[in-house]
Amino acid sequence: MAAPLTLLLIVAVTIRAVLFRSSLAELISERVEVVSPLNAWKRVVEGLALLDLGVSPYSGDVFHETPLMIYLFHFTVDYAEIVFMVSPYFVDCLSCLLASLDRAKIFRKQKYALESDRYPADCLELLRSPKEMFYIPLKVAMFYLLNPFTILSCVAKSTCGLNNAIIALFIFCTLKGSALLSGILLALATYQSIYPLTLFAPALLFFLQRLYIPVNLRRSSFWCFTLQYAFIYVGSLVVITGLSFFLLGSWDFIPSVYGFIFSVPDLTPNIGLFWYFFAEMFEHFRLFFICVFQINVFFYTIPLSIKLKEHPVFLIFMQIAIISIFKSYPTVGDVALYMAFLPAWSHLYRFLRNIFLVSCVLLACSALFPVLWHLWIYAGSANSNFYYAITLLFNFGQTFLIIRPLTRRRKHPGGFDNEVSCFKSSVWKSSLKS
Amino acid sequence: MIQETHSDTIVASPVYTRYIYIKKKKRLVASHFCRLPLSVVELFKVGESFTAAARDQFQEELVIRPLHSGDIYASFQFRTLWDTDFLQERQKVSHYRLFPKSLGQVLSKFSVRELHISFTQGFWRTMQWGQPFIPSPPGAELWVWFHDTVSDVDGNWKELTNVLSGIFCASLNFIDLTNTVQPSASFKPLGLGNATDHRFLRYATLPREIVCTENLTPWKKLLPCGSKAGLSVLLKSEKLFHSSFHSQAVHIRPVCQDEQCTSKAWELRQTLNVVFDLYTSGQGKKEWSLFKMFSRTLTEACPLATSSKVYVDITDNPELFELSPATPLLSQAVVLGDRRTYSVFDLTRAEMFGQLRSLNLLLRWKGDSDMLRPLLHAERYVAGFGLQTGEIHTVIYNNHPYRAFPVLLMDSVPWYLQLYIHTLTVTSKSRDNKPSYIHYQPAKDRHRPHLLEMLIQLPPHSMTEVTVQFERALLKWTEYTPDPNHGFYVGSSVVSALVPSMVAMNTNFTQDQPLFSSFVPVKEESSYFVRVYTEPLLVNLPTPDFSMPYNVICLTCTVVAVGYGSFYNLLTRTFQVDEPSLPLAKRLANLIRRIRGVPLLA
Repeated sequence: MAAPLTLLLIVAVTIRAVLFRSSLAELISERVEVVSPLNAWKRVVEGLALLDLGVSPYSGDVFHETPLMIYLFHFTVDYAEIVFMVSPYFVDCLSCLLASLDRAKIFRKQKYALESDRYPADCLELLRSPKEMFYIPLKVAMFYLLNPFTILSCVAKSTCGLNNAIIALFIFCTLKGSALLSGILLALATYQSIYPLTLFAPALLFFLQRLYIPVNLRRSSFWCFTLQYAFIYVGSLVVITGLSFFLLGSWDFIPSVYGFIFSVPDLTPNIGLFWYFFAEMFEHFRLFFICVFQINVFFYTIPLSIKLKEHPVFLIFMQIAIISIFKSYPTVGDVALYMAFLPAWSHLYRFLRNIFLVSCVLLACSALFPVLWHLWIYAGSANSNFYYAITLLFNFGQTFLIIRPLTRRRKHPGGFDNEVSCFKSSVWKSSLKS
Repeated sequence: MIQETHSDTIVASPVYTRYIYIKKKKRLVASHFCRLPLSVVELFKVGESFTAAARDQFQEELVIRPLHSGDIYASFQFRTLWDTDFLQERQKVSHYRLFPKSLGQVLSKFSVRELHISFTQGFWRTMQWGQPFIPSPPGAELWVWFHDTVSDVDGNWKELTNVLSGIFCASLNFIDLTNTVQPSASFKPLGLGNATDHRFLRYATLPREIVCTENLTPWKKLLPCGSKAGLSVLLKSEKLFHSSFHSQAVHIRPVCQDEQCTSKAWELRQTLNVVFDLYTSGQGKKEWSLFKMFSRTLTEACPLATSSKVYVDITDNPELFELSPATPLLSQAVVLGDRRTYSVFDLTRAEMFGQLRSLNLLLRWKGDSDMLRPLLHAERYVAGFGLQTGEIHTVIYNNHPYRAFPVLLMDSVPWYLQLYIHTLTVTSKSRDNKPSYIHYQPAKDRHRPHLLEMLIQLPPHSMTEVTVQFERALLKWTEYTPDPNHGFYVGSSVVSALVPSMVAMNTNFTQDQPLFSSFVPVKEESSYFVRVYTEPLLVNLPTPDFSMPYNVICLTCTVVAVGYGSFYNLLTRTFQVDEPSLPLAKRLANLIRRIRGVPLLA
């Protein structure tokens, strides 16, 4: 286990180091798919330059990082490459946690495996063999570190990599069972880009499950823990925001960071759904649709938390995926984060019919993004509709990619962590309850 | 008539007298009337405000400068002095004599301290034509200093632009906060007073503004003689707009009435500069006359004018061209660091017009000569390809052989080009030239433009290049102009400098000086003030498909709905175990088995 992981790390570092030094780095850092106005490195440098000139970086509309981020880079700007090279490895923690999560169950699973001759054949496939379990951390690490999306995002020095690292650390701490650290990191992730707010529910559910507290609104123990966790979260959010205020001496960053995320004033093309929609929107419907699109991101939390309350880790994955599809300025770095989870649910994918089609769509779109961008912006032989069409298809593919495991999960309400339910019946079919 | 009226009616009388002048055009009558208000004061001592009005003045002047390219430059200046105590707050001014009432009301209503507005068609080619007397950027330019008593400067500015838009029939109402800046150093007040707080300054340009007859007509109406008498009869739009360069401007500022500066007055300078092209207007012949240029000749001075002169730059005479009729009157003036000699035609003297009672100047070139290169010159262009990023290059030339001098560069860039200030480089003689002062105000999307001001030291005989990278934004489809693929204009950069003078400048202002040499106050002998405008830029932005709003709304909503629908479906549906039904063959077999009474198949 350690040897392949080390090898993987060495390969990943080498690829990044080579790309950083190559002429491709500059090209990549200009790509609209890789960097957004929120996390472009060029804008971080601009923010630092403005600080040096004695101008508040938030007085203009170029810099949208949070104040803590400027001060982090204020001291580490010379070592930026190292920061960006290191940040993906926090996601490694994620793989370690999945290992720790799974190892606890290995023995149980082995028992199932021994008894497997009594199981129906198709149900056995749903069980993860210990060998499989063993490689999941490695697979997660590989999916993240060697994912071209992550590499591009890292070489472009997009601060999205740092946000991903914070979210990964948050998940790690959550799964390790440290409510305090988890709350603090979640607050930090929220502070960075508001959307991780929705991860509060799955984290809470995870802790409740871990502490064997039933989700029951009448139980005082439930409220006690919920308030405790909420206090940690809100408290650290207030502290972080207050700290930013004292660093900067003004609240300018609130409209410049969060207002910018919510009101979508910058319509620079990206891989998301917002830019062309709001470029073509009728002015009097603008506010309405901004509200609809933003509520859409947060809305799924409630039904998903109700239906998936038994599977908080899966819920975290769903939330991250939904954020990265429906957020206002998505980049491939966000896509890479939830894709890293996919191997963890690989046993769910075994039954997927469309997985080949979906992966082909995603691959084709990734290839077509730069092609159509070139045709539109440089060659002038295509127009914006071409690029827009590809973003539509890409998001369509992503939706299908995450809908599939959800379907499997819903079809097996007992889930796969508890294979006994699977054992009870060999064939499941869905039917609508009238 | 006037002697018997009360002071209230006297207020109206100058308008009436002005009307008579224009109607009758009799110089004798005019000179008599001009003296009348004074005599009224002496006799009746009506009031101080009236004595002030008596000192109103009007001067007109035309400078003709043959250019080395064979083109000809004609510069009109009309100067009206309005003797009123503007510094007294909230003083109701209702007495207008020579000063146009429409502008006077604007000044008092909006508490304007200084107002400079110019409309220019074409671009002044400094390298071919030298420096203009009063420079102006292509399109419309407006800069205003408000009194420091104004509390809502932005509100006043907004109203003022709309009012001026009406007065000059121009699209000045398109000036709003997105193209207004407050330069910190480049635009100092030219008149009296030491206003340094740039919160009261507003500067805006409309590089796309097209100047035409409808702007000229209201401009001419501001002149005391209209276009009826004096030099303004030459201002015929069919000729003025058939030229390479046309610029008309209005400058209002407070000035000293006399050398000791005991009393102050409003000065209104209306200037009109025009360059006639050798080939399109001159039919390729290096022979110019007033008639050829303006299709009119001069017959008289404006009766209201205290001085009315035509200057012809003959510094290069007689080698270069010959002038007829010749005039014995010569005048020397130091203009833009150079001592020039002018032939002066004083239109107030009847003998100027000769027996034909008309003056038609004729200039005939004899040879070519080299022009002195302008000491300061700037140009600008956009580099890069594609519609994503780009780079603005501003190149400033110092042609002085041995003197280095600092220049102030001011750039106002619209918000949809996002400047990256960390990419700013200034290089002179392929070495980094760090600006000693940088004032940068980044843009706010849809609210205000970028403002970049720098103080750069130009080494002698050098070329300094200032580059800054920008990114092009995709706008909302309603924010594009009707012809989006034409591109978007970015106003000219402004280079302001005190250029070392070759000859000693004249520092004391006197009334006898030609008007063109006295616009910018000269503080020291060794240098003179020059403002150079670069070319405006035309930048293309990426465009969305304008025919698609409905389609895009439908398609994007479809994708969102597919996501939402799938989630909705999966989360509201309940899944149940369905007992497997047996295949048909087995069921048939069971039927038979049941009849036979043997156990059924599972």
